Amino acid sequence: MKGLRRLATVEMKMFIRETESFFFTLVFPLILLFLFGSIYGNKPSNFFGGHGAVDVSVPGYISLIIANAGFLTMGAIIAGYREQGVLRRYRATPLNPVSLLAAQLLTVLIMTVSSTLLLTAAAKVFYDLKFYGNVLHFAGAFAISLVSLCAGGFVVASIARSSRAATLMLMTVFYPMIFLSGATIPREVLPSSVQKFSKFLPLTHSVTILRGTWFGHSLGEFGVEILILVILAVICIAVSRLVFRWE
Amino acid sequence: MNAVEVRNLRKVYGTKVAVNDISFDVRVGEVFGMVGPNGAGKTTTIECIEGLRRPTSGTVRVLGMDPVHERNALQQRVGIQLQQSALQKRLKVKEALQLFSDLYSNPAPWQPIAERLGLSASLNTHFGDLSGGQRQRLNIALALIPNPEIVFFDELTTGLDPQSRRAMWELVQDLRREGKTVFLTTHLMDEAEKLCDRVAIIDHGDIVALDTPQNLISTVDVETRVLVTVPEEAVAEALARVRAVPHAIRAESKGSEIVVHGSGDALPVEVVNALWEAGIQFASLKVERPTLEDVFLKLTGRTIRS
Repeated sequence: MKGLRRLATVEMKMFIRETESFFFTLVFPLILLFLFGSIYGNKPSNFFGGHGAVDVSVPGYISLIIANAGFLTMGAIIAGYREQGVLRRYRATPLNPVSLLAAQLLTVLIMTVSSTLLLTAAAKVFYDLKFYGNVLHFAGAFAISLVSLCAGGFVVASIARSSRAATLMLMTVFYPMIFLSGATIPREVLPSSVQKFSKFLPLTHSVTILRGTWFGHSLGEFGVEILILVILAVICIAVSRLVFRWE
Repeated sequence: MNAVEVRNLRKVYGTKVAVNDISFDVRVGEVFGMVGPNGAGKTTTIECIEGLRRPTSGTVRVLGMDPVHERNALQQRVGIQLQQSALQKRLKVKEALQLFSDLYSNPAPWQPIAERLGLSASLNTHFGDLSGGQRQRLNIALALIPNPEIVFFDELTTGLDPQSRRAMWELVQDLRREGKTVFLTTHLMDEAEKLCDRVAIIDHGDIVALDTPQNLISTVDVETRVLVTVPEEAVAEALARVRAVPHAIRAESKGSEIVVHGSGDALPVEVVNALWEAGIQFASLKVERPTLEDVFLKLTGRTIRS
């Protein structure tokens, strides 16, 4: 247990010391906030159903944070650790091998929650961000999104033969996903055919439940989205269990 | 009691037989070496013993435990240096040592280990910025952190400069004095000969010989050679004299250098005495004794590097 705690602390340091993971998880969402905040402000607008642009964007940015840390970064880290022999090294210790993955999940959880708090605090201070929902329901939506996207990142890391292949696959999914899911650009501005396609992206459903619970809907209203995310997570975990290799 | 017991170990990858039905024991407190060329099956064997690989068939016991099924208990009592492994790129040397100390229930203090391995100056360096030799020394340090009963070194001195290599040899000898069991693999015959109490020579997945280096060398009939340089005019007489000594088999000359082939530890003394008694001065004297390298050549018909 002490070992796991230490490993998680170490992994957290690695996450912060690595420029890409630090920048895209903690800094990039703030850049988006200030960029679009300075253009559109947070005045109620008809386009956003009477809400301010920042109020609508922030839950999307939160799903971006989750996708970035849970899907892209974690997937790449695990594939890299396997290729470099880091997983091998820790397997040759008393540490339960699964602890390595647990330490990763814990790191992603702490980093995404921290980034979310940082983003909402900044949005509150600079744009008077408003939250209309129930914190517990929003936290539930957050957790479901996190598990689903981490499982997605993990399955890619399991399937890919090399770290390079994993990064390529992760990016191929990640970039269309963040632009088509509504995480960065409102889905409403996209053509309807693209909107239909976006239903195949897990992040789309994550954005829907995060934004929904943000604006006061209960989690129970999103049965379909939650079901899709959970089934996806179960499939990813099952596939990973079958194909994952430590080296 | 034996530290390691291997019975009929076999490991097959697809159609390739990496290790073919080998059996041996490692005794408590000895330095046991497995030598052979790259691809002979050394790493597969040591990793089956470490519990990192599952044998295709056969059994392995380490300190009486099954390394795969009792890995958690066993890993507390062994130290492992892997041939191919890495740590997180941005992990500092100090953090690695501290982290590993926390993974074991009875760790040795890491500071003296770091000092011993010459890592004191690089404690704040990231793993990714270490040189090959520094990484290797860190890997060895991490194998000592658990205060292990058995230490496994897979290619102990690969990537080390000659000076560090000697330091590692001393380290192994110290571990032996402390009563620890050491299991090492190497493709360097002189390393095995110098360090090991017993050596298993492995080739194409089979153990072709297992004994003390001395016994291995004496069982295969390899010659000792004595080379002396004598004055040009004394070559003929010198040849006649050295051919007559008890342990000489034959002798030939190349210019003013005479090469005496023979056997036994007495040959150099006999040659020197014969020349001395004949009043022949010699300018240089060199003794070439058989080494494990010769043993390998005899057993496999190949040199280890080819």
